[in-house]
Amino acid sequence: MGLLSLAIWTPIVFGVVLLALGRDDQARAVRWVALIGAIASFLVTLPLYSGFKLGTAAMQFVEKSPWIERFNVNYHLGVDGISLWFVLLTAFINVVVVIAGWEVITRRVNQYMGAFLILSGLMIGVFCAIDGMLLYVFFEATLIPMYLIIGIWGGPNKIYAAFKFFLYTLLGSLFMLIALIFLYTKSGGSFDIALWHTLPLAGTTQTLIFFAFLAAFAVKVPMWPVHTWLPDVHVEAPTGGSAVLAAIMLKLGAYGFLRFSLPIAPDAAREWAWLMITLSVIAVVYVGLVALVQKDMKKLVAYSSVAHMGFVTLGFFIFNDLGVSGGIVQMIAHGFVSAAMFLSIGVLYDRVHSREIASYGGVVNTMPKFAAFALLFSMANCGLPGTAGFVGEWMVILGAVKANFWLGFAAASALIFGAAYTLWMFKRVYLGPVANDDVKALVDINGREFLMLSLLAAAVLYMGIYPKPFTDVMDTSVAELLKHVALSKLN
Amino acid sequence: MSQTLSASTLLIVPMAPLLGAVLAGILGTKFGGNWIGRRMSHTLTILGVLVSFVISALTLKSVAVDGARFSETLYTWMVVGGLKMEIGFLVDGLTAMMMCVVTFVSLMVHIYTIGYMEEDEGYNRFFAYISLFTFSMLMLVMSNNMLQLFFGWEAVGLVSYLLIGFWFNKPTAIFANMKAFLVNRVGDFGFILGIGLIVAYSGTLNYTEAFAKADELAKLSFPGTDWMLITVICICLFIGAMGKSAQFPLHVWLPDSMEGPTPISALIHAATMVTAGIFMVARMSPLFELSEAALNFIMVIGAITALFMGFLGIIQNDIKRVVAYSTLSQLGYMTVALGASAYSVAVFHLMTHAFFKALLFLAAGSVIMGVHHNQDIRWMGGLRKYMPITWVTSLLGSLALIGTPLFAGFYSKDSIIEAVLESHLPGAGFAKFAVLAGVFVTAFYSFRMYFLVFHGKERFDQNPDAHHGDHHGHSDEHHEPHESPWVVTVPLILLAIPSVVIGFMTIQPLLYGEFFKGAIFVDALKHPAMEELGKAFHGPVQMALHSLTTLPFWLALAGVATSYYMYLVNPALPAAIKSRVMPIYTLLENKYYLDWINENILARGARALGTGLWKGGDQFLIDGTLVNGSWKVVAWCSGLARRVQSGYLYHYALAMILGVFVLMTYFVWLK
Repeated sequence: MGLLSLAIWTPIVFGVVLLALGRDDQARAVRWVALIGAIASFLVTLPLYSGFKLGTAAMQFVEKSPWIERFNVNYHLGVDGISLWFVLLTAFINVVVVIAGWEVITRRVNQYMGAFLILSGLMIGVFCAIDGMLLYVFFEATLIPMYLIIGIWGGPNKIYAAFKFFLYTLLGSLFMLIALIFLYTKSGGSFDIALWHTLPLAGTTQTLIFFAFLAAFAVKVPMWPVHTWLPDVHVEAPTGGSAVLAAIMLKLGAYGFLRFSLPIAPDAAREWAWLMITLSVIAVVYVGLVALVQKDMKKLVAYSSVAHMGFVTLGFFIFNDLGVSGGIVQMIAHGFVSAAMFLSIGVLYDRVHSREIASYGGVVNTMPKFAAFALLFSMANCGLPGTAGFVGEWMVILGAVKANFWLGFAAASALIFGAAYTLWMFKRVYLGPVANDDVKALVDINGREFLMLSLLAAAVLYMGIYPKPFTDVMDTSVAELLKHVALSKLN
Repeated sequence: MSQTLSASTLLIVPMAPLLGAVLAGILGTKFGGNWIGRRMSHTLTILGVLVSFVISALTLKSVAVDGARFSETLYTWMVVGGLKMEIGFLVDGLTAMMMCVVTFVSLMVHIYTIGYMEEDEGYNRFFAYISLFTFSMLMLVMSNNMLQLFFGWEAVGLVSYLLIGFWFNKPTAIFANMKAFLVNRVGDFGFILGIGLIVAYSGTLNYTEAFAKADELAKLSFPGTDWMLITVICICLFIGAMGKSAQFPLHVWLPDSMEGPTPISALIHAATMVTAGIFMVARMSPLFELSEAALNFIMVIGAITALFMGFLGIIQNDIKRVVAYSTLSQLGYMTVALGASAYSVAVFHLMTHAFFKALLFLAAGSVIMGVHHNQDIRWMGGLRKYMPITWVTSLLGSLALIGTPLFAGFYSKDSIIEAVLESHLPGAGFAKFAVLAGVFVTAFYSFRMYFLVFHGKERFDQNPDAHHGDHHGHSDEHHEPHESPWVVTVPLILLAIPSVVIGFMTIQPLLYGEFFKGAIFVDALKHPAMEELGKAFHGPVQMALHSLTTLPFWLALAGVATSYYMYLVNPALPAAIKSRVMPIYTLLENKYYLDWINENILARGARALGTGLWKGGDQFLIDGTLVNGSWKVVAWCSGLARRVQSGYLYHYALAMILGVFVLMTYFVWLK
């Protein structure tokens, strides 16, 4: 069994075992098995990093065996510099999320933990699959555990949120399926993505394919104006669900652009770059302003996610190395930071059972340790140098200025908006005198919460201080991708 | 050349304070369970800064005496598509001087803090913050590239945020710190764009490499316009400086930053952080020299700040705010000097100002402690009797500030005025007026404060609303004012010494010697001000004597005399004048209504726009109409379709017959 298969199936096997054998009266054992499963799943991804060869854009750790031979669908896996970090990120976040749900979830613990483990394996599958149909299956399969997580462990309006999430993203993905089938026939019966990359396509065809993929990925990212499902879903989702949704699931969409849209339809991508850039800039500016006036902490962070993902798509469609690498770095950084933000909100929610900013004030007085973490993550969220949040923004802004000064101008406004909505929330929630009896009664974070936040804090600081390992991995693959995008595929 | 300086030794300079900060911040606070006590915290942090100061001083010596230079990369932060982003040090005259100023003032403030924050719960946290600040500021000044510059730039902003909001239960403090961060972000917005343009057109972040391409940049124009690219770059960079160095109209955060404890007002908001913008422009002088338009812009902004912020100092009654507006005005002076291409003079004033302004702030803090946490100068008076050391050192600081001949401030400020007089930029006319008028204003407000605090009638027991000031309230009894403990007065004395002598000692090498060679670049053909100054300079004593016959000296004297008359001889006069010029007073009291505009138009406007986009765009248009609209349409359609499937056989039979009829009609007659 290859390393990639191991990375995909370890969490899934653990998840299935938990589903099959776990019971609520053994919650303690279930949690430990889940944690061991998550840690094991993370450990098996580490050799991917240590064994990864720099300086080549080729797929590595490739595994291939026939799956559905009639349609030439293969179980074909591989990672390159673009996908490698997401495999590790997914497995890492999974560990944190299992820790986060430890005492908080008391109902159907085995199902909760199982859903997250399976989800983690499926998402890793998306990043590893290099067969179009296999990728699609993983891509769609992730909806099921997430749908259940929201629908079962969510807030009061969870059913509406779960349906909105499922239908919205499923609708987008159906267009992608059409595009995949079209490419299958066009390429003479192959789902090999690498083959599709070299497939000559006419201009109109490329445009249609580009928009079909766009429908799927734009919803997932989410890009403006198909972003409105995200705040609703975040508000209802349990803390762990929000963290995984923001940290990993949104990246599936952005990843799709790099794996499908750009290399398969490069001419259309260049032709429609203006549209993508416009939507991205709207996401940064418009959504930044909307985030400013949110009264619900989770909604605020959800909107902030949309704005941050706007940076990602902006970076991709300016087609220079700073922009594309910056976009990928931003995706990883946002994975750490948004997870941390949502888990921090969860820490407060578990105690006070309110997400309203107005329910808090002066939390630092009663939870000084927690406030220190919250400050770090808030600063990362507004892109302070030395934290992960800075790296991607810095690269994308520099790349945008290189492409066009005014684009950089629009992007850099995020420095102001990002700081405004994050710090204003920080001020109202954490600073000031103790606002009410709920805040007065708060107890500072326990060892488990400390551990969970420390893991993320370490990642946020490490990436901010030494991002070279991240960019080194992606450098060659990004260069190759850009070379590919620059070549016309019109026949 | 760099044998005398090694990377590992230089690395200790920022790392020692960082280590102190981490130890005190993690082990000395609730975060790490209060492992180490107060004594240990301040010992560790002071030790860190002391080590840092000693190495800085040795570095300064080898730079100044042996001509040592250092430029090396420590580690590569990342490489993207051939663009290297690195962390490294550049040590030359400019860096060495800044290192010494930062570490010396920081050391003084650390010691002072032992006394000032004695009763504060957050004692260890405070030490952690100021050491962290020292680290950040050192990273900023020692950088050899723009990435690290930006890192330090934002990091000092973070610590400033933490320290202004140090008393996080005080609503005004947590408003002020957010305001400071956001206004600085506006500056950083310009700054990052400037850096982005440099990277886009020169392909490097390294100072030396970028400056080597400066001439190429100067030939380019900004895409789509006929503006010079270099002008756009320089103005963008300068917007960053306007935020950090509090230049009009981005100065609004600095007066409010006085909500923080006094030691940090001295360290961060007077001596070091706010001068980062001045330092940056001086560092980037090879670029700024190429753009007349940018220099002119800088000069005008500086002149506005120098004069109009000085006016605001006149009407303040809070002792710290007087000094704060004075700082703004002096930063304006430095900026004017930058505009006049007298970068070395600007940096010279930066240095002298760091000493005497840190002194004035710390003395103000000592006064605040002496009168039991009252900050209103109307309720002080006659304190010289009770606080002799604070009194004398304050007097020396004030004399230095107003530019009394032979004092430190005299040499730097007079040189600025001379340089402006030599400038030929279009904005120089206004700048000349502003810097000269500013001399009178400075002398007036400085001595207004001095007389009100240390001379005249003792009014400290008449304060109607005592105990609302700088500090968390304690002891209700009215005591007599008292002199501060030695940990407070010793830093005052140690700062008073350079405030008096440093200008006299260093003007020759700094302005007319080789000290800044290779660090600051002036195009002497286009901007001959420094050369002209050099020709006229015949030693510091000569300069002092000569000044007695020039306008600035008499303006300063007039300022002191006026305030003496108004506040000691005829104390009823200010009120009378105030009632005569009420509109002007109101304008000043409202700080030119800039805060009002920021809060009511910009901040409220952004919130209104955000609400509009949210409710109108997201909720109504996108979600209400498109998203939920689409399922409503689906529901409506299926509602129609459902009626067709009624379940009654005769309905289906009718539909079948109609269908057959339609099809037959089509095939028989229409085909």
